Amino acid sequence: MYDYDSAARTARSQSLFIVTSLAFLAMLRRDLVIARRDFIGNLVQWMVVPAFFLFIFGRVLPQTGAASASYGALLLPGIVAMSLLMTALLNVTLPLVIDIGNEREIEDRLLAPLPTALVALEKVLFAALNSMVAGALVFPLAYLIMGNAYQVRTGAIGTLIYIMLLAAFAGASLGLTLGTVVKPEQIGLLNSVILLPIIFTGCVYFSWSALDSIKWFQVVTLFNPLTYSAEGLRGAMTPGLALATLDIRWVLLGLAGTIIVFLSLGIKGFTRRAVR
Amino acid sequence: MTERTKDTTAVQQEQALPGDRPTPSNEDGCAVEVQNLVKRYPKTQSNAVDGISFVAKRGEIFGLLGPNGAGKTTAIGILTTGVLPSSGSAKILGLDVVANPVRVRQRIAVVPQKSNLDKRLRARELLIFHASYHGVPRVEREARADRLLVEFGLADRGKDNVNHYSGGMAQRLMLARALMHTPYVLFLDEPTNSLDPQSRLFIWDRIRSLNQQGMTIFLTTHDMDEAEQLCDRIAIMDHGRILVLDTTDELKKLVPGSTNLEDVFIALTGRTLRS
Repeated sequence: MYDYDSAARTARSQSLFIVTSLAFLAMLRRDLVIARRDFIGNLVQWMVVPAFFLFIFGRVLPQTGAASASYGALLLPGIVAMSLLMTALLNVTLPLVIDIGNEREIEDRLLAPLPTALVALEKVLFAALNSMVAGALVFPLAYLIMGNAYQVRTGAIGTLIYIMLLAAFAGASLGLTLGTVVKPEQIGLLNSVILLPIIFTGCVYFSWSALDSIKWFQVVTLFNPLTYSAEGLRGAMTPGLALATLDIRWVLLGLAGTIIVFLSLGIKGFTRRAVR
Repeated sequence: MTERTKDTTAVQQEQALPGDRPTPSNEDGCAVEVQNLVKRYPKTQSNAVDGISFVAKRGEIFGLLGPNGAGKTTAIGILTTGVLPSSGSAKILGLDVVANPVRVRQRIAVVPQKSNLDKRLRARELLIFHASYHGVPRVEREARADRLLVEFGLADRGKDNVNHYSGGMAQRLMLARALMHTPYVLFLDEPTNSLDPQSRLFIWDRIRSLNQQGMTIFLTTHDMDEAEQLCDRIAIMDHGRILVLDTTDELKKLVPGSTNLEDVFIALTGRTLRS
């Protein structure tokens, strides 16, 4: 008789919860192994864009008088939010488009003993946690680049962390939906059609309240999860709350809403693409 | 403890689902049971699988033989939880593939037509991670990976990224991967398509050897030699339907004077297998 050896038998007699959890954790481990291998490359990617933005907009423009001295304090939360959201989004979208589109390398994980939706959820979770590292890196970078212009209050660290987490998950959820919709040949369009519009309508370089004089644009920015991330972080980071920011309740609603909507859409889309 | 007592204790402790292990009452039981299975993909004019019914018995090598476009890959996709049927039912070891996909996935393995190896991993890692997804303990999965790499002639390529693997090596690695979690039923979709003769004979040899150890094998092919050489029973499929199902010898008797399955297929459809 075929050697149905003890290890295989044990796995099959376990409850679905244990079986599913073991598979989920193993997938996280797989992503961690690959992330560790790509660490240097990722580190460079995570630092280059924020470094340039912080240097030019946070130091050069204020020093040359093209922007006010306090512009750096306004900009930094936007850069952290942008880093978080975009890293999370791209960490899900790009591998997923390729995996599903061409080689279907994801089939190995689709044949693992866990519900298909959890394969998608694992991708979202890992990308969100990964992007927290990218977001956190912006702080020491800003400290080095902006010098005296670096002003971040430390009284709301708890709020800061959970807004960062919500922003990370919002980005990853958006990334999941995009990853199931975009075809491999359309990757080139991602930048101009999706990423740049998100960045420039996300209140990264300006505060939401400053748009009072451009009401229509102020409304447009409300459809962007980056706006809620940037404004939420502004509220948590800016000393003395000198800046008027979107109320924290709107921030939480906007980010939670993004996660709920895009996670549902993304999981539905993923399941439909994965199981034909 | 005697052999018999050990077996009984093991079965009691296992809490296995019915159909998992052969018992005296179900030794001839079904590995795969399909009833009136239909699949129509969205926006298509016809059914890819058009009401097929068959049973693959435990311990046999069952073949689905037909030309490209016959619906074989869709059929195997449904059986391996990768495709949802439009209607009808499919069960693996008594478990419905739609209602119980997780339990089905624990018990089956698939070697697909196109390589789906995880290209971000090295060969040995790939085997080990596959086993870890299936809950195989660490010591066991590392030992098994090393053993399978040797068995499949890949021991010196274990540290290579699978991007550097040839077609034949990739196929061998996919088969090794499939065995890492000791499945009850092994599904192979066109297992030797586009392989060189040496690799093909190697794969055939492994398939026979696994079957001799008791594994149920379900394969699809458009190659009559492969079907004749390997399969205990063959279902000939065309345009989503099963035309006939029997052993090679009985199939040949259907068409007097036929010397191979190609003759049978031509008699049934007017076309060759390669058309």
